Amino acid sequence: MAAYPDDLHYTKDHEWIRVTDGAGTVGITDFAQEQLGDVVHVQLPRVGEKFEAHATFGEVESVKTFSELYIPVSGEITEINQSLADAPELVNSSPYGDGWMIKVKISKASEVDSLLSSSEYEDFIESQKEE
Amino acid sequence: MSQLKKTALNNTHRKLGGRMIDFGGWDMPVQYAAGTIEEHMAVRTAVGLFDVSHMGEIEIRGPQALDLIQRLTTNDAGKLNDGQAQYSALTYPEGTFVDDILVHRFAPDHYFLCVNASNTDKDYDWVCDNAGDFDAEASNVSANYTQLAIQGPKALEVLQPLTGVDLGAIKYYWFTRGDVDGVPAIIARTGYTGEDGFEIYFDPNESERTWNRVLESGSPRGILPCGLAARNTLRLEAKMALYGNDIDNTTTVLEADLGWICKLNKGDFIGRDRLAKQKEEGLTRKLIGFEVTDKGIARDHYPIFINGREAGVVTSGSHAPYLKKNIGLGYLPIEHTGIGTEFEVDVRGRRLAAQVVQTPFYKRSK
Repeated sequence: MAAYPDDLHYTKDHEWIRVTDGAGTVGITDFAQEQLGDVVHVQLPRVGEKFEAHATFGEVESVKTFSELYIPVSGEITEINQSLADAPELVNSSPYGDGWMIKVKISKASEVDSLLSSSEYEDFIESQKEE
Repeated sequence: MSQLKKTALNNTHRKLGGRMIDFGGWDMPVQYAAGTIEEHMAVRTAVGLFDVSHMGEIEIRGPQALDLIQRLTTNDAGKLNDGQAQYSALTYPEGTFVDDILVHRFAPDHYFLCVNASNTDKDYDWVCDNAGDFDAEASNVSANYTQLAIQGPKALEVLQPLTGVDLGAIKYYWFTRGDVDGVPAIIARTGYTGEDGFEIYFDPNESERTWNRVLESGSPRGILPCGLAARNTLRLEAKMALYGNDIDNTTTVLEADLGWICKLNKGDFIGRDRLAKQKEEGLTRKLIGFEVTDKGIARDHYPIFINGREAGVVTSGSHAPYLKKNIGLGYLPIEHTGIGTEFEVDVRGRRLAAQVVQTPFYKRSK
């Protein structure tokens, strides 16, 4: 699997979103799960909750640390990944697949355009590493 | 910022992909490629290897070495035989911790203390400051030793091929001198994980070779190099106190629930009067173990609430990889320390339910 798949959009907070027909699936990047280490709990919102872009929608906890989760675009939660309750390690083993976190009905499609592409995100990661 | 201190194995850790952090001024691996949970599980089910060379070592020699140690520590070092070790505490006159330590007796006039890394200089100064009336001399020999911990149910079978010493003959909390892979070493059956295992001390110049030899011997048996994160979760499951978190200069040995290393009848020692008084009057608070019953992790320093009132703080809190629970330690008012007592932990604004439970959380089967 590519570290940063081309078909996703990314944030500088290390979330990704996959957009299909006005619906988005959101998770955290391979870089983020690597930095966190073993994920042991994911706190997710309820279906029906609405968020503005960049608002906190949950938290991810690893053995050593935790991180807030920021929604890349505005919208309403239509589904959460129930399997993370019993298998939070999916975030580590499959960050872009089975480790997805929420599905969202996107309310402002234009917000997607302001997110980072795969190559932009990769450049951003590299610039962070150099600091 | 001052330069971080490095153990002799610093480059070895980097070559192995260790993620390095500043741990009390030391540049140490917090985890390797396998990650904390796998490292933790390796120690519980097979064997793990830790570089703990940051720990300090202080030697005390002289005709009155025992008298000095008896004066400085809470446990009864007079009970030790040659080749035996004990867990103990260096205490202030208030009965609070200078440090928690291991006391090893080589000979009636020769002892070896293993102390916490970040306390080494403080401990050494404390020993020297209180040695004036005794015919005994202390020396800080920390730089003379690499210390490796080989921990887990397969520790013995991994280490045995590397030494002529019959490891099975070393009882828990005893030690001996012997060669490991041809290198003279102190081999102690001690550890900080709640498992069987060994801690070996030897010349730092031999560090990488010996480290690699242990890994080679362990590889058919599932050994993993383990970082400080696994060391922390392992010791927490076994309810072993961490200086700086669970115990420090504000907590007494009795409050820390370590009455078993507090031998008030062994004769006078620094802090004895206050500890005796505290025992007589009864404690007002005590270190307890708890389990978070809601989903979420109560981490270090999070506040504890009882009946809506702030009543304490989490001193150590983590996910427990073997138990697959979220556990922690903290001081609670004595009237709320009974097993089953329910309280709440404030986890970044969310109040999670928790409950006082029996400790240790984990106890290995013999």
